[in-house]
Amino acid sequence: MIGELVVSLFIVVGATFALIGSIGLARLPDFYTRLHGPTKATTLGVGALLLASVIYFSALREGLTVHEALITLFLFMTAPVSAHLLVRAGLAAQIESRTHALDVDHGHPDPDSRGEA
Amino acid sequence: MLNLALTFGFTAMGLAMLLNVFRLVKGPDAVDRVTALDTLYINTIAVLMLVGIRIGSDIFFEAALLIAMMGFVGTVALAKHLRRGSIIE
Amino acid sequence: MSRDKAPATKRFTLLPHPVLTVVLVVVWLLLVNSVHPRLIVLGLGFGIAIPLFSQRFWPDHPRICRPGVLLRFLPVFLWDVVIANLQVAWLIINVRRTLRPTWVVVPLEITNPYAITTLANVISLTPGTVSSELGPGRRTLLVHSMDVDDPAQLVDRIKNRYEAPLKELFEC
Repeated sequence: MIGELVVSLFIVVGATFALIGSIGLARLPDFYTRLHGPTKATTLGVGALLLASVIYFSALREGLTVHEALITLFLFMTAPVSAHLLVRAGLAAQIESRTHALDVDHGHPDPDSRGEA
Repeated sequence: MLNLALTFGFTAMGLAMLLNVFRLVKGPDAVDRVTALDTLYINTIAVLMLVGIRIGSDIFFEAALLIAMMGFVGTVALAKHLRRGSIIE
Repeated sequence: MSRDKAPATKRFTLLPHPVLTVVLVVVWLLLVNSVHPRLIVLGLGFGIAIPLFSQRFWPDHPRICRPGVLLRFLPVFLWDVVIANLQVAWLIINVRRTLRPTWVVVPLEITNPYAITTLANVISLTPGTVSSELGPGRRTLLVHSMDVDDPAQLVDRIKNRYEAPLKELFEC
């Protein structure tokens, strides 16, 4: 019974966070702020859902099952990388930003001298 | 209780994916659409996990893992393409 | 990161990247979702063979000199991830609030490419910030932040909280 409660809690929290991330993507005014929702809230939300799955199969079904942790790990490793690449693509396309004080001198280094994230 | 939580989860994820599709259609820039696709595949993984819990089987694990990997590679390729106009140099 | 260091001059070792071997074995066991001895042996086989065959792609090791720092840094980082998510969630839900997004330039002291990569990823996962672009010569990092009062304070925070431990961790 307590296991079911924990799983339900993780599902609700995870789904809420994922929803908030998508609301951020739909609602916020410019591209660079929109990117914050999916990279943080959605990643954590899906992480919580995967954790719910791990607890469900380990505690309420027979046998320990942890392979969902692999997906969580993978998502947490890739989310910042894809966010970084998307911002760079946005900067290269010179998408208008409502953000003030963009340091233009800094904005466009030689594309080949960057560190790979 | 678990069923209630699952229903809430499916509703929230469905809403989230609708919002992603809204951003995908509206744009306004190509980068926005790529971001929307990126979020869409992550949400798909979440839905797959919820379906797995509902039917009580982890048969969708491999599918979720594949979506995670292919989605990441796709986002990277699209971002590179938008930046330089080519994927393979 | 020069890729054409002559591999012939290097002494042959069975385990060129011990950490990679351990990571591969763990990932393999997670993937097959079982700890049957047969599968552990197979995983060890992969863990030894893959670093050997892909040795040319990993010319230099990331050197971690003080693992103790990692133990201190990791809880801070994980805590910040949770706080970051609550903050971002609140900023997204709170419709009436106008955001004050800002670009800040963080001058870098660290030079090790692995340290810079880690720092960029850590910044992207923590409070309202996404690392955007590395400046010329890898001396600065452009960071976009969602809601800032005082840009100087944010730069200080990033330098003290994340860069300093990473500098200790990777450079000695």
